[in-house]
Amino acid sequence: MGRLLEVDNLEIKFALRFGDLTAINGVSFTLDKGERLGLVGESGAGKSVTGFAIINLISKPGYISGGRILFQGRDLTKMSYEGVRQIRGDRISMIFQDPMMTLNPVLTVGTQMIETLLAHRNMTVRDAEAVSIEKLKKVQISSPEQRLKQYPHEFSGGMRQRIVIAIALLTGPELIIADEPTTALDVTIQAEIMDLLLGLCESENMGLILITHDLAVVSQVTEKIAVMYAGKIVESGPTERIINDPLHPYTRGLINALPEVAEPGTRLNQIPGMMPTLTSIPKGCSFHPRCDYRLDVCETEDPEFIYLENNKRRVSCHYWKNK
Amino acid sequence: MSDSELLAINGVVKHFDISGGVLDQLRIENGRFKLKKVVVKAVNDVSFAIKRGETFSVVGESGCGKSTLARTVIGLYPPNSGEVRYKGERIDHLPPKRMLPYRARMQMIFQDPYASLNPRMTVRSILEEPVMFHQRGVSRQSVRNKVAEVMAQVGVDPGWATRYPHEFSGGQRQRISIARALMVDPEFIIADEPISALDVSIQAQILNLLMDAQEKLGLTYMFITHDLSVVSHISSRVAVMYLGCVCELADTQKLFHSPRHPYTQALLTAIPRLGVAKPRHVKLRGEVPTPINLPPGCVFHQRCIHTNDRCKNEIPRLTRLDDGTHVACHAVLEGRI
Repeated sequence: MGRLLEVDNLEIKFALRFGDLTAINGVSFTLDKGERLGLVGESGAGKSVTGFAIINLISKPGYISGGRILFQGRDLTKMSYEGVRQIRGDRISMIFQDPMMTLNPVLTVGTQMIETLLAHRNMTVRDAEAVSIEKLKKVQISSPEQRLKQYPHEFSGGMRQRIVIAIALLTGPELIIADEPTTALDVTIQAEIMDLLLGLCESENMGLILITHDLAVVSQVTEKIAVMYAGKIVESGPTERIINDPLHPYTRGLINALPEVAEPGTRLNQIPGMMPTLTSIPKGCSFHPRCDYRLDVCETEDPEFIYLENNKRRVSCHYWKNK
Repeated sequence: MSDSELLAINGVVKHFDISGGVLDQLRIENGRFKLKKVVVKAVNDVSFAIKRGETFSVVGESGCGKSTLARTVIGLYPPNSGEVRYKGERIDHLPPKRMLPYRARMQMIFQDPYASLNPRMTVRSILEEPVMFHQRGVSRQSVRNKVAEVMAQVGVDPGWATRYPHEFSGGQRQRISIARALMVDPEFIIADEPISALDVSIQAQILNLLMDAQEKLGLTYMFITHDLSVVSHISSRVAVMYLGCVCELADTQKLFHSPRHPYTQALLTAIPRLGVAKPRHVKLRGEVPTPINLPPGCVFHQRCIHTNDRCKNEIPRLTRLDDGTHVACHAVLEGRI
């Protein structure tokens, strides 16, 4: 298995009037060909910003202030705008949360699909239409020939998300970044879309970065997980290990807070407090004010990663370092 | 009516006419002009009773009518037909003045704490308003004390009472909405998706707060949600809604262990479960039909694998089974599944 993506010590800042805010602080992870990674965290943890950074969609006042993003060995942060544009939407596709916002309401689905293909491939409209129909079949949309002529509002939420996935598949990408793809959908539709996405990743050997707050969804679809908190990865490793034996107190808190973990009718194990905003990230470990395992050192020193289980997982926590 | 029954609804129907003005209704059929009304059938013939002190959950997917049902129960919408009884008294047709005492006993918590708090009022005035309105003649000082007491109870520092909603995070705002509901000492609270706009770690905090308040104040909840893991955790009984109809009503344990209605079965297998590698869910054919053109017979028949002719023509009634579960399904009642 070759390396598909390597994010190395990524740092993203937002230039604001009163100075620079660090949104992402030293995020590193890797993805092999056909591998599926879940980026988990609460809103404001920086998971979407990380996803956007990979395809260079960070808009002002944000900017990448450090680190490398190697896609198939090439550093995307050093590439020209045109160079990234050729990769984005071609080798790397993105799926967003709200399909109604992603699709253009005044263009037919066919127009949008063909437009995407023609932007990346030198082909005739007729061929582009044939490819579009083939991809719509892949996402299990019936009578795709007629569907191409319809507008986004003529589809239900679940169908729209299928179309967005079909558009993402058009160029046969190596990597799909899906940012909360099912959060806006009902559970039964969510189950179908996740099934579809998982099946496609497996059959096309595509890499997937699934950005979500939903640990249960991630645990079903991905092979590894990275948990983010206040702009950093606090723990990462194989999905099965993280879910069954979480180490970082934040990961533990997240899993224990789920209603299905507690006895029905009893109090849930809540994490006290809330995630700090970017302007008020505490000194030392950013989780220490909410942490049950807090040591004195946590208040002053930012913890380094410690590597465990044949370097397959890592956790940044003083408690585990001292143990 | 039994003593333990707090609120009962019987055959509640709520339809919305969305046909607009006369010109919007105009259609040409066979060369003649006709006026045609377009009606959204949001809630169709729903009956159940909520017992004192229980948490009664209503679950269903978006568009199934659960929020409309909640608003009809609390009197924000008048029902088209059917009745709502509170402690045996019929309240759905009361004039506003006579409804007032019931409004203080029944309170509602809404989904979006960004939309449900007035951005131009301080937390203190938000919390004082319902007391001033419902309990005229209460002294200013005792209202202030009450504000401080309830704020402390929901875990918001009473010193922040002079602040505005935008100064609070989503979780804290939801605490303030809960505080507002608790200010008038209600008996019955309808919570419409109270945690779905919140982050995972905050959801647990708010659920704990709701459970604590119930234990301390003896509240009865009607809990509207689409999140089945929350339902299984907090509720004593569950009603599953599909297209404006209740298709199954059972004790939580029974519903989650042995769901009877085919839709409930599909819904339960669709919940993503932590650590289960391959989702294996019962797939449904097609999509939820629009509540404008309800299918004849059982509303679920087009997507059900157990459909026969009777399902296509006759609406199944919610019927009590031997184990106390209520289910509206011909196939279950005939013993086919």
